[in-house]
Parts: sequence; structure tokens; C-alpha cells
Amino acid sequence: MSAAFSPRRLAAMMLKEFYQIIRDPSTILIAFVLPLILIFLFGFAVNLDTSRTRIGLAVEDNGDAARSLAGAFQSSRWFNVVATGSVGPLKDALVGERVRGVIVIPQDFGREVAHGSGEIQVITDGSIPNSASFLGSYAEGVRASWAAQRATDHGQAGAPPISVDNRLWFNPGSISRNYLVPGAIAIVMTMIGTLLTALVIAREWERGTMEAIMATSLNMAEFIATKVLPYYVLGLGAITVCTVVAITVFDVPFHGSVFALFVISSSFLFSALGQGLLISATTKNQFIASQIALLTAFLPSLLLSGFIYEISSAPLWVRYVTIFVPARYLIPQLQTVFLAGDDWSLFLPDIGVLLLFGTFFFILTVRANKRRIA
Amino acid sequence: MNRFIPTLTRIWAMIVKEMWAVLRDPRGRIILVVPPIIQLVLFASAATLEVKNVSIGIYNRDSGQASVEFMSQMAGSPNFGHIVMYHSAQELRDALSRQRIIAGVMFDDGFSRDVSAHRPATVFAMLDGRRSNAAQIVSGYLGVIAANVGATLRPDLAQMNTGKSIVRNMFNPNLDFLLFMLPSLVVTVAGISSMSVTAQSVARERELGSFDQLMVSPLRLYEILIGKMTPPVLIGLFNVTIYLVVITQIFGEPLRGSVIMYFVSLLLFLIANIGIGMMVSSIAQTQQQAFLGMFLVTVPISLLSGVTSPIDNMPVWLQVIAQANPQKHMVVIMEGLFLKAMPVSDVLANCVPLVMIAAVSLALATLLFRSGVE
Repeated sequence: MSAAFSPRRLAAMMLKEFYQIIRDPSTILIAFVLPLILIFLFGFAVNLDTSRTRIGLAVEDNGDAARSLAGAFQSSRWFNVVATGSVGPLKDALVGERVRGVIVIPQDFGREVAHGSGEIQVITDGSIPNSASFLGSYAEGVRASWAAQRATDHGQAGAPPISVDNRLWFNPGSISRNYLVPGAIAIVMTMIGTLLTALVIAREWERGTMEAIMATSLNMAEFIATKVLPYYVLGLGAITVCTVVAITVFDVPFHGSVFALFVISSSFLFSALGQGLLISATTKNQFIASQIALLTAFLPSLLLSGFIYEISSAPLWVRYVTIFVPARYLIPQLQTVFLAGDDWSLFLPDIGVLLLFGTFFFILTVRANKRRIA
Repeated sequence: MNRFIPTLTRIWAMIVKEMWAVLRDPRGRIILVVPPIIQLVLFASAATLEVKNVSIGIYNRDSGQASVEFMSQMAGSPNFGHIVMYHSAQELRDALSRQRIIAGVMFDDGFSRDVSAHRPATVFAMLDGRRSNAAQIVSGYLGVIAANVGATLRPDLAQMNTGKSIVRNMFNPNLDFLLFMLPSLVVTVAGISSMSVTAQSVARERELGSFDQLMVSPLRLYEILIGKMTPPVLIGLFNVTIYLVVITQIFGEPLRGSVIMYFVSLLLFLIANIGIGMMVSSIAQTQQQAFLGMFLVTVPISLLSGVTSPIDNMPVWLQVIAQANPQKHMVVIMEGLFLKAMPVSDVLANCVPLVMIAAVSLALATLLFRSGVE
């Protein structure tokens, strides 16, 4: 295993790997079917934009103001009033999950409004915290704009003294799908780069075919290249399919260049493939390799990468853990290349980190293999 | 001859053999117990949709008191971690596109003048739409600060319009995301690990050829399946017992509902998952196929469970599909038991779909195994 480099031998080995991949239906399944399923799930199922929330409305005051505010809730595009009545039964509906919140316009609301105040109560289902917090602030939003309108109608200065003019850059419609679908491409790359590679190569170790290859005159660089390049091509293929689906089916904007996407993906695949090779070389057992790949690659990419959950909100020790999650450096790049355009001042430092990860994994893999052979 | 050996004896022998097969390998033993606990602790801490410690940029062209008051209220808010001053609008924009900050706040040079002249004053905020969920929450924080600053600087106006919404969050008053995430993760982690142990144990025997030997032994098919189901059930129950201790003792989240129902519902849930794992392994011929098949099933199951994003936000056809998802029903039960003190009758009602999923999947797996043998 130390002969000089031979292009012909490399090509032959590469061909063997390609046949091995193409002839196994489960590999194709994970390389093309699973990515599509994932993209469709993140496009359709994972939706962080609160749609019309089912609420109950209890109007305890029959005055003019209370009726008009109730009307504002009925016609709001954030709410779907599915039940009205008194607070008691509506709270039961909340416990039974038939409504997600209850809005109470209390008895002396009209009198309070006449004096310039007027409080309403919002009861939410705190067992789903994100929805509950949106419900609370949307309800206040409906009330505040109703109050402002009413003040203007009565000839008072309705506008608050200070208002905030918000501009949402890169995603003006605030559509969560626009950043979740590019993020899902990172998950796809992790799946192919680490999970699939770790599993397939661990199987070769388990069956002893790896030792057979090691015993040939293949040198270490050629050996790694034959193992890595087919999955790299497979990964790029899957990314292409996902990107096309994201743009055509889900209308995700693509403001960057294909070249940038290619460079970003390649740097991440370098690191992901290195990790996959390392896992297979150190475990040499399919079950353990699959579990370690899940635990150290797939789940961190999903949960510790800032893809869905903000890293800054996590406790300090978790923020330190995320430093060692390669996907953390990929997600901002992918979201940027889709939604903002090419920004090399953002890409280059992250690409550098990913290349470092990859180099580190490959060096460890080479060392692990050398030790085994010796 | 086999009719002289009682069924129970045969099942017992099968169970002993299966427990040995799973627990023999020391690395395998560690993989079964340690990662699930790490996942629970790490992901419960990391996975939060709350927005805290975010970095905000400011470009201040105002020299008066109003912007100073605004900034000091921002600095006092626990939601904002770093507040960075920039010296031009361009610098602020660059910082936003490089994701150094999630929002940039700008004060015009007439800001304080407007406030003191009783003209409506505006704060400009640009937000990073690449993280639109977090950006919207940040915009909510800025709105609250604007209202507070307005009330401080213009007490005359503040007295005129003091209406507000009093929000009360049932079951989880402070909307602590951890209280939501811990019960959810019991479901995700226990579900995935029981399913994958099942699928791998059957597929391993198939790959080695010992499954065929089992099939021609005096054991009946249902006896083999009971034997195969026992280790994942026992390991699953062992893990959920540890989870209960970790959640109540270390994280301090009380179990408000019945402890017995915690175990009864989780037992049914584990059996439903094992049924699905059996189905996958009855189709897969090799460990690799079983693992990839598992992956194909678990990713949609976790994403359609309501943990990552509410089922309410999904399109109706996906909500219908989600009814066949054991994790979806189990999340309702776990949130109910931990947060809502769900009564036994409601828990049992939510267990009915679990029993149905378990029955259907085990029946299908048995049929598939039988047809595979003949």
C-alpha cells in the first residue's frame, strides 16, 4: 500500500465504487428519495409562521366599545374565532385543545375606554410556548391598532409618541419556508456525507473487503480518494435536485450564484465526508457507526446548527458545544446564498473553518488506518 | 416434538437469547443507554425558540435625550446580549448582512426633537429575514421598548391611552421552552431508539443468515417476534425511568399527572414503535437497508410530531397523515402529564390511537415475515 500514484488504478477503483453505489437500491434511496422527502417536509410540514389561530372570545360587556373590539378580533387575519360565550366553558375548550387561546373583554371595558384605558385579558395555552407568545403579541397588536383607530376617530392623537418602522431584509414576506428549505439542504449533505459514508464503509470493514483493498498496491491518497469522490459526486447530485425543487416547487428565491453554492457545498462535503470516513475507520461496525453518525452528525446538524433554534438563546455551555458542529458554519452561508446573494466576506471565514474541520478529520482517518495495518 | 415444550418456556428461551444478543457487546450496551441521556439533556437545553442574548447594532444620528433613553432601556433588557455602535448606515447594513447582528436600529437626527415637539417620532429597524422567526420576536421586543420610552418621555400622552392586554399563559406561566421540550424529547428519543434497536436486531440476523435458522426452529413466528420485541421494550422502559428521574430531579419539572399512566402510555408507545421497526426490518435484507429504511421513517415521524412546529400550522392533508404517527399522540400525552395534570381518562383516550398503530404495524410485520419465509 505504498506504490506511486497511478491514474489508471485510481480510475478502476473509482469505477468499482460507482458500480457498488448504483447497484444498491438503498443507496439511491438515501441519496435521492430521502432528500426529496426531507425538502418536502420542510417545505410543507415545518411551518413556524403562525396561521390563523383558533381562539375563543368572551365578551362580558355589551357596550359599544366592546362590540367594536370584538368585531376587530372577528375580522383579524391572525385569528379564527371558533367559540364565543363565557370564560368558564372557553377555558375548558382551551384545556381540551379545541382553542389555542381565549380573549376576554371584561365587564367594565366600555367605561374604562371612556376614561382612556381599557384592559383586555388574553389566556393562552402555554404548553406550546412559541405559539402562545405569538398569540399574546398578536392579540395586543389587534387591541392597540383598534385603540389607535378609535382615538383618531374621536379626534385625539392616536399615534403613539414613538413607533418602530420595521424592515425585514432578505425575506420581506417573513416566510419561514424561505430559510427552512435551504437549511434542509444542509441536513441532506450531512446525511449523504457522514451518515451514508460511515455506514457503507463500516460494512466494508465488517466484511473484511476493506483489508483486501488495503492489501493491494493502492496508496493511502488513492484509497481515500476512491472512497470519498463517489459520495462527493452523489452529494452534489442531491444538492442540485434539492435546489431545483426549492426554487421551482417552493418558490424559494435564489439570489446568489451557482458557483458560490458549489464552493460552499464542496467545503462542507469535505468536512462531512471526512467525519464519515473517520467514524467508519474507528468503529468498523455498522450498528455502532450508524448510532455515532446519528449522534455526532445528524442530530447536531438539525438541533445545534442554528437551523431552527437560535444558538444565542441556548445556555453558554451549549453555545461552546456548537463551535464543534460543522453545520453551524454552513447554515448561514446557505441561507445567505439563497436569500441575500453572494457575500464572500461572510462565506470565506466559514469556508476556512469547514476546510479545517475536514483536514482534521482526514488526518485522523489516515492515522487510524495506518495503525490498523501496522 | 415441539408440542411437548410449553410455549412459555420457548418464549423465555428466545427472550434470554435476545437479551444476550443485544447486551453482549460492551460498546453496544453503552450506545443503548448513554446517548439517549446525552440527547435529552443537550437537546432540551439547546432547542429553544425563545430569543435571548441577541446582538443588536445601533447607528445613532440623534444627539438628544430620547435616543439615549431608548438605548439605555435596550441595554437593560435581558433579551439583548451585545449592543454594538456603528458609525454609518453602511456599517450597520454590512454587519446585518454578515450576521454579526440580527437587527440594526437607526435614529434620525431629528428623533429627540420630534419627541419633545410632540410630533410622532420614528425609530428605524432593519431585521435579518434569514432568521425571520427570531427577527419577528426581536421586532416585538423593540415595539415594547418604544412604548415604554414613549410613556417615560411623554407622560401626558401615556395617561390618555393606557389600555393594554393582560396575558396569562396557562400550564406554563413564563413560557419556559424547557418545560415544553423535556416531555417532547422523551417521546422523540425513546421512539427513535426503540425503533432502531428493533430494526437492527432483525436485520443483523438476516444478514448473518441466522434468522432463517430461527424460522426453521420449533419456535412459532409469534414467539420469535415476542422474543425480538422484549429487549427494546425493556431497554426503552429502563431509559424512560432514567428520563423521569432526570427531568423531575435535575431539571425540576414536576410530573403533575399519574406516574402509572406515564409508564402505561410509554409502554404502548414503545410497542407501537417496535411494530414500525419490525415492518421496516421485515422488508430490509441487510443492516444497511434496515438503517436507511429506519431513517426514511423516523425523520418524517419526528418532523410531523408537533415538536418542531405546531401541527395546527400544517396543511390539512398533512394533519390527517399525522394521525397515524405514534409520536404525535404521545407528545399530547406527555405534555398533558407533565404540564396539564391530564386526567387518567384523557390519557387513556389518547392511548387508543397508539394501540391501533401497534396492532396494525405488528400484524403487517407478521404477514410480511410469513410471506418472506414461504
